[in-house]
Amino acid sequence: MTSTFILASLIEPAIGLIFWTTITFILLLVLLGKFAWKPILTAIKTREKGIEDALASAENALNDMRELKSNNEKILAEARAERDNLLKEARDTKDAIIAEAKAKSQAEADRIMSSAREQITNEKNAAVAELKNQVATLSIEIAEKILRSELSSDEKQKALVNNLMKDVNLN
Amino acid sequence: MTSKINTYKRFTSIFLLIFSLFIGVSNNLSASEPQEDTIEHGHSADTAVAAHDAHGHDAHEANGPIDISAIAIEHVSDSHSWHFWGEGHDAVAAPLPVILKGNNGIVFFMSSEFHHDNEGKTIVEKNRERFVMFEEKVYYANATPNEYGQYVTLTAIDKEVSVSNAAPLDFSITKNVTQMFISVIVIMWIFMSIAKAYKTQGVTSAPRGKQSFFEPLILFVRDDIAKGNIGHGSEKFVPYLLTVFFMILINNVFGMIPIGANLTGNIAFTLVLSVATMIVTNINGNKNYWSHIFLPHAPKAIWPILIPIEVVGILTKPFALMMRLFANMTAGHIIIISLVGLIFVFKTIYIAPVSVAFALFIDVLECLVAFLQAYVFTMLTALFIGSAVADHNEDGAHTTDDDHATAGH
Repeated sequence: MTSTFILASLIEPAIGLIFWTTITFILLLVLLGKFAWKPILTAIKTREKGIEDALASAENALNDMRELKSNNEKILAEARAERDNLLKEARDTKDAIIAEAKAKSQAEADRIMSSAREQITNEKNAAVAELKNQVATLSIEIAEKILRSELSSDEKQKALVNNLMKDVNLN
Repeated sequence: MTSKINTYKRFTSIFLLIFSLFIGVSNNLSASEPQEDTIEHGHSADTAVAAHDAHGHDAHEANGPIDISAIAIEHVSDSHSWHFWGEGHDAVAAPLPVILKGNNGIVFFMSSEFHHDNEGKTIVEKNRERFVMFEEKVYYANATPNEYGQYVTLTAIDKEVSVSNAAPLDFSITKNVTQMFISVIVIMWIFMSIAKAYKTQGVTSAPRGKQSFFEPLILFVRDDIAKGNIGHGSEKFVPYLLTVFFMILINNVFGMIPIGANLTGNIAFTLVLSVATMIVTNINGNKNYWSHIFLPHAPKAIWPILIPIEVVGILTKPFALMMRLFANMTAGHIIIISLVGLIFVFKTIYIAPVSVAFALFIDVLECLVAFLQAYVFTMLTALFIGSAVADHNEDGAHTTDDDHATAGH
């Protein structure tokens, strides 16, 4: 039978094809290995390395940026704290100044008041002394005038002495 | 994932093989009936050989029964000329060089000198030697023809015809060899231009054109096949694996073009590739690999059984590679031509839609198989190399295999 005959040839490797395949395959292996696979694989590897490096540097940049950002934030926070501090200090200073001024003015006022009071007292005392002097002078003048009039006659002098003596007896 | 695909692949290949055998056998049966007729009509009926030839002749010349299995086998077999269309003397075929190593040295002529004769009737005389071609094989011609004009001695044993003539060593540039040369040129052109593209465009730009199609495949072979199965030190084997992968892939695809040759479905081709894998595997086998074979971790009592099994294993692994690729590709081609052949078996045009639909389905399946077989061959090659260069002891090797399996799932 034809088919059986050829079927046998199908699973029986032909020497010619083995020969040519061996030569061709080895040649292909060498040529491709040298002129195709080596440059292609090298190029792919270079690119992969490039991508890896790029990714790494991007990661680094990201990290740097993150660091920078956190630094910025830190600086900002510090600045904010500083500002708050300054404000607080200013407020304190202001309060202190106001308080001091208040205290000073109070003291000044007190001093002025006290000196005024003192002056008033002095003036008053002086006035009182003056007044006393005046009163004394007046009194003496009045008394002199009265005495002059009372003691102008002997009768009047006797009456007075009697009067005085009466008082003394009653006591 | 790998073991899954393995199982699936094994299943498919067995299925395809059984299917193709079934079709082949059934066609044999149907074809044998008319032959009996011819014998009974018989000329002298002294030999089945005569009947065989007469039948073969009838089948081609008249509108008689067609031996689809013969046509299918012819279709997947190698040939000394590149046949395009037509039959017999009307055939349009490209002649190819015939190179023979005869008794008087090397002979060279074109296959057209046989004038499409494939039945041993046309003699080509070169270098004081006479050659005839019978069923695509070249023999030394007999001095005188037999009663059918054939210069070969045919003997039939149980209906099997064999030729008893001596044959020269045949180093012809056959159809398969021609396709292999063409495919090699195509592969070189593809990958050298890709290599050039990397050089001219640099590596910073995105791949384009051929580059963008083949780069993922190259990366797949490098990362998934080589690194996945060999592990550390896989770079050394990547060029070999890439060459094997694309040699098989491109020739699988060429084989699917209607006038293309069935190179990857030829056992000689798969034999060379699997022998190459065997050589690469065993040359790189380290101490662990050889001690696994000759000093297995087992009681000494069963060494006499185990060692021969391991030694045979060195051969069976590449043998399985050889048979798998050969059977898968051949089976696919046979199924397609058998489906188309149904039209001629049933002798009605109405079966054509069914044939075409099924043939189209198988064709699409073959597209998948073209990639799958290239992958399976390369992956198993990497697996064998990986087991030969594995750095750790047996237990370690097993855990890694398990890791692969589980990681894949």
